[in-house]
Amino acid sequence: MTVDDIIAKIAGVMFDVFDVDDLDVTAATSADDVEEWDSLSHIRFIITLERLFKIKFLNEEIADLKNVGDLARVIQAKLPA
Amino acid sequence: MFAELAWLEEVPPDFRARVKAVRARVAAGTLAGVEEALYELALGRLDLNQLGQLASVLAAYTAARPPPGPFARVRLGVIGSGTLGMVEPAIAATALRHRIVATVVGGDYGSAVQDAIDPDGRFRSIGFDLALIALDHRTLGLDRARASAAEADAAVDAAAGMLGAMIDGLAASAAGGVLVATIVPPVEPLFGSFDAVETGTVAAQVAGINARIAGLARDKRIVLVDMARAAAWVGIDRWHDAGQWHSAKLPFDPDLIPLYADVVARTVAAIRGTTRKCLVLDLDNTLWGGVIGDDGVDGIALGQGSAKGEAFLAVQHAALALRARGIILAVCSKNDDDVARTPFRDHPDMPIKESDVAAFVANWGDKATNLRAIAAALNIGLDALVFLDDNPVERAQVRRELPMVAVPELPADPALYPRTLLAAGYFEAVAFAQEDRDRAYQYAANAERAAFAGTSDMGAYLASLDMVADFRPFDAVNRARIAQLINKSNQFNLTTRRYAEAQVAALEADPTKVTLQVRLTDRFGDNGMISVIVLDRGGGGATWEIDTWLMSCRVLGRRLEEAVLARIAAAARSGGASALTGRYIPSAKNKMVADHYAKLGFECIDGDAGGETVWRLDLGTYVAPDLPMRIDATTSPVSKDDVLAA
Repeated sequence: MTVDDIIAKIAGVMFDVFDVDDLDVTAATSADDVEEWDSLSHIRFIITLERLFKIKFLNEEIADLKNVGDLARVIQAKLPA
Repeated sequence: MFAELAWLEEVPPDFRARVKAVRARVAAGTLAGVEEALYELALGRLDLNQLGQLASVLAAYTAARPPPGPFARVRLGVIGSGTLGMVEPAIAATALRHRIVATVVGGDYGSAVQDAIDPDGRFRSIGFDLALIALDHRTLGLDRARASAAEADAAVDAAAGMLGAMIDGLAASAAGGVLVATIVPPVEPLFGSFDAVETGTVAAQVAGINARIAGLARDKRIVLVDMARAAAWVGIDRWHDAGQWHSAKLPFDPDLIPLYADVVARTVAAIRGTTRKCLVLDLDNTLWGGVIGDDGVDGIALGQGSAKGEAFLAVQHAALALRARGIILAVCSKNDDDVARTPFRDHPDMPIKESDVAAFVANWGDKATNLRAIAAALNIGLDALVFLDDNPVERAQVRRELPMVAVPELPADPALYPRTLLAAGYFEAVAFAQEDRDRAYQYAANAERAAFAGTSDMGAYLASLDMVADFRPFDAVNRARIAQLINKSNQFNLTTRRYAEAQVAALEADPTKVTLQVRLTDRFGDNGMISVIVLDRGGGGATWEIDTWLMSCRVLGRRLEEAVLARIAAAARSGGASALTGRYIPSAKNKMVADHYAKLGFECIDGDAGGETVWRLDLGTYVAPDLPMRIDATTSPVSKDDVLAA
């Protein structure tokens, strides 16, 4: 799966996680762009992605992510080739 | 099963659109019907995101300060260990499933103890009906093994002391009571199996504090929420998520928040009396394997000797166990009536007998209509029913027509029916009295009385019942049942004032109040406690006010309300009063008593039809009627001492 494919899948759940309607998700999208993206909804976001991609993150893998693109690359590395 | 809330229906694919539609109604100020809509949205297996969406609409609804709706309102404060910010909205959203409109407010992170004991702090100033303490072993100082049994006991004593201080603090700010979650034992063994032997281990300390919590619940100081058992249901390996604890201080796996929230919400429902009362059973392939009309008594699968027969036997034993604790059983089946009854009469291995079933409806009509008839025959609401049926088409029809009826999803294997039914917590209880045990029998006897009534005129019928009404003040023995009635009675309830058990105890001791509990027996049996009255002596003045008057709908039409009034009037007269006032506060469910005081000869002195009304009875002119029952008053509700004290 390409990073862009993964970003598209991530974007699909962000409406549900952050309960928002207007969101243009790109690789550069970060918590600064989404008002509802706070520390608690971030945890829900991570759990939702773990379920969606059937993966489990290590804390250190997601500690320093800056945006959705970083997240997608971490996910890509964890998916079976 | 538990972690997935497998008894709930699947979430509709357009869930979010439906939530948004309700949000738009709230934003437009169209508040009527919103509670029912929110309830229906809460019926699915909602995940954490969906619970969050629902909680956000609910918060918008309660912020709009809606007038009283069909559901109970509760303000719940939550304090505990770690990050509970995701748990609080989940509890609020889940409470809707149990027909409670909840506002859930959390304490500050890491401040559970201060929040509980500081009377002037932010948390206790918010104002609650109920408070939940959800601690873990770490906060209680039970997170390391002790060198000796004495040291472990000291650690448990210290933990119990801290918990006790928190309970006392919160009890002062949450009049409806304090809920305490049991402590989930940690996963990691120290010695291994020897942990169960050695007295100083963490496991032993956690068992010790949980025994103390159970003791507090038995002493009625708290209501216990058995989170340790919920964790055992799913497995403590799954419950404890060390990674989430280290990174976000989540006290358990956040995937389990929907279950956690349901366990809390069903306990709140039990306190508020919104739990279910009656289990309605389908027959073919629900109580036995096969179709009685096709297979006959000899052909259905039921009883020892086959896996299938034993599975259905287990379903019946589960139903009978519920009946033994006071849950009413009913039957709703698409069958000819006489055919449907044959296994009850002729099958040698059939544990449930016709006499166990309070309402038996077998015909070819649709099930929604028949469930309505069952609720009417038993004089209970549709929201008191749970309907167990193996057929997904029937389940869907009932859910569509009667969303207030609980309809558990069932797996393909009947071996799992009992667990699925019981996992749902429909019949959660916070107290258990002899009356509960007897109730299922009383409903059955009522059906016989109803049949008997059809054959004679009313006066002769009532006289033939040999009724004896027993009046006495509230007492400790019956306190749990009194509190249950105060919190569960909706229809024949003039003021719908709810008092928790601790408040009932306070009423008993309050010299400015006069309390009455009424029991009724007749030739068919003991109806148990059927009425509760609280009178306010009005500061010793000439007018007493009826603060609370509620009655069980089971005894309607027996002229018992007239007997109660006669008793109240006698008490007030002997206490020096010359008049009584009564108040009707309308709720979504008590329209049947809007004219209660008018019928009893009170005159309306305040309020308009449709709203709250106030009524007055002049005791100088009131004459008690002749009634078709004997009155037993073991203790006068007003003793001479009381009169002097007033």
